[in-house]
Amino acid sequence: MNPRLVVLWTVGLLVALALPHAVASNAWLNFWINTLMFAALGIAWNVLGGYGGQSSFGHAVFFGTGAYGTAVLQIKLGVPALLAAPAAIGLGALVGLFIGGVSFRYGLRGSYFALVTLAFAEVFRILVSSFAFTGAGFGMLIPLDQRPINLQFPSRFAFYYAALALVGIGLAASAMIERSRFGAYLVAIRENEEAAKALGIDVFRIKLGAIVLSAALAAAVGVFYAQYLLFVDAGSAFGPAISVEALLGPIVGGAGTMLGPLLGAIALHGLGEAAKAAMGPQPGLNLILQGLLLILMLRFLPEGLIGAIRRWRGHA
Amino acid sequence: MLEVRGLTHRFGGLVAVSEVDLDLPQGRIAALIGPNGAGKTTLFAAIAGFLRPERGQIRFEGRDIAGLPPHEICRLGMTRTFQIVQPFAGLSVRENIAVGAHLHHRDRGAALDRAAAIAERVGMAALLDRPAATLPVAGRKRLELARALATEPRLLLLDEVMAGLNPTEINDIVATIRAIREGGVTVLMIEHVMQAVMSLAEDVYVLNQGRIIAHGAPSAIAADAKVIEAYLGHGAAARLAGAAA
Repeated sequence: MNPRLVVLWTVGLLVALALPHAVASNAWLNFWINTLMFAALGIAWNVLGGYGGQSSFGHAVFFGTGAYGTAVLQIKLGVPALLAAPAAIGLGALVGLFIGGVSFRYGLRGSYFALVTLAFAEVFRILVSSFAFTGAGFGMLIPLDQRPINLQFPSRFAFYYAALALVGIGLAASAMIERSRFGAYLVAIRENEEAAKALGIDVFRIKLGAIVLSAALAAAVGVFYAQYLLFVDAGSAFGPAISVEALLGPIVGGAGTMLGPLLGAIALHGLGEAAKAAMGPQPGLNLILQGLLLILMLRFLPEGLIGAIRRWRGHA
Repeated sequence: MLEVRGLTHRFGGLVAVSEVDLDLPQGRIAALIGPNGAGKTTLFAAIAGFLRPERGQIRFEGRDIAGLPPHEICRLGMTRTFQIVQPFAGLSVRENIAVGAHLHHRDRGAALDRAAAIAERVGMAALLDRPAATLPVAGRKRLELARALATEPRLLLLDEVMAGLNPTEINDIVATIRAIREGGVTVLMIEHVMQAVMSLAEDVYVLNQGRIIAHGAPSAIAADAKVIEAYLGHGAAARLAGAAA
């Protein structure tokens, strides 16, 4: 790594560590916890949709599996959160394996793949809201018991650093993808599947690997969400809003790049807060703004913010 | 090295390839020629695993490979190129070739180094950092070749790597293919550029309406009445002979 990059990363890390203490307000802290949580979700989506070009429109299914997995294991089966969390992440990976197995086996791509993932997320949402075992329409409350073994912490700062750690893990996974054969194959599949096959790439296995990794990361974010709010319900864990969150950040920031999803999440949430401050908290206003931004981005900056920065630096 | 026996494939009612036999000994350059729509690309697709043949045997180094998926055939040592070039458009030339090199080099750095070496061999060393999308036709054809070569095949299937090139570019790529053969790679090429077929191939198969209608040395094929008729129409051979007399 060249020395300039080392300096940049060190400064970035220090800023991230100091950030929650910069302004002493709950709103500020909440904003960053939220932003980092959705940045981590975007990074998870980016593994499959960005590097692999398999755009999922249903990442809520993995997020929700993580959130509900940890909640059900704790509440119904009495498993401590410290064990429920990895189990829920594993469950998310399994769901990824299953969805990837059925859709990639039959060669679903593009909008067909997007629709199938959306359908899975909706099916999960409806199933979870139909059974008393999963809290039906009411959702589930994880009992408050602030001990580390329950992954509950008295200080909100702990959640900030946990979210930051999730982002760090996601970025590390992305960096490994960019430097490995697996990643080179994944990108090759995105660029041209037929050519990839001709060069000896087992397209099905690589895609499966990508969806399992992506699902596990998304489930980890779901676990965090459940532990942070201590409440899950079908609509917010498996709902389309989460799926849209997962893909919007990477697309705005730059899909298939390491920092794109993080940048996109900060830009989107920052814009949302600014709009709230300027025009008051009308419900749905942030959605209108996000939609508008997405249209503008796709029209003028299809490679996202990272693409714009690269182009600008190329010209300068 | 490659033996094809009784290969037949239909698309609906259309018999694209019918009862094709083909033998390719190791170390040779063989050409597959024939008019448009003769079934050449279908035959290639079946050999390389992109199409499961309806009937027939395909043996590669003694092993039956009919029906194996393309990536497994590639791993056995046979790599194809595409007539319609299929670059990884968003990647650089180096990254494109490295995808091929990864087959035998797990390490990213090793694959990228290997890609640079291959680019040198096919005359693309100066283009390594160009995005593949910005290459002109000749560059894209070379890239197809380079990427396939990077998988270190023992048999290379080249589907019209010279189409659309000017005479200078054709001379360059002829020399490149000859060098590849000198390196121990057997080559089967589909080609319409006869100048190249005549100077490169030791063996020519002529496919017409899905059947092999002639097989032999290039000079014999050029004089074959059936081949002339396949290209120029019924009775053309007789008329040409009459005109010459």
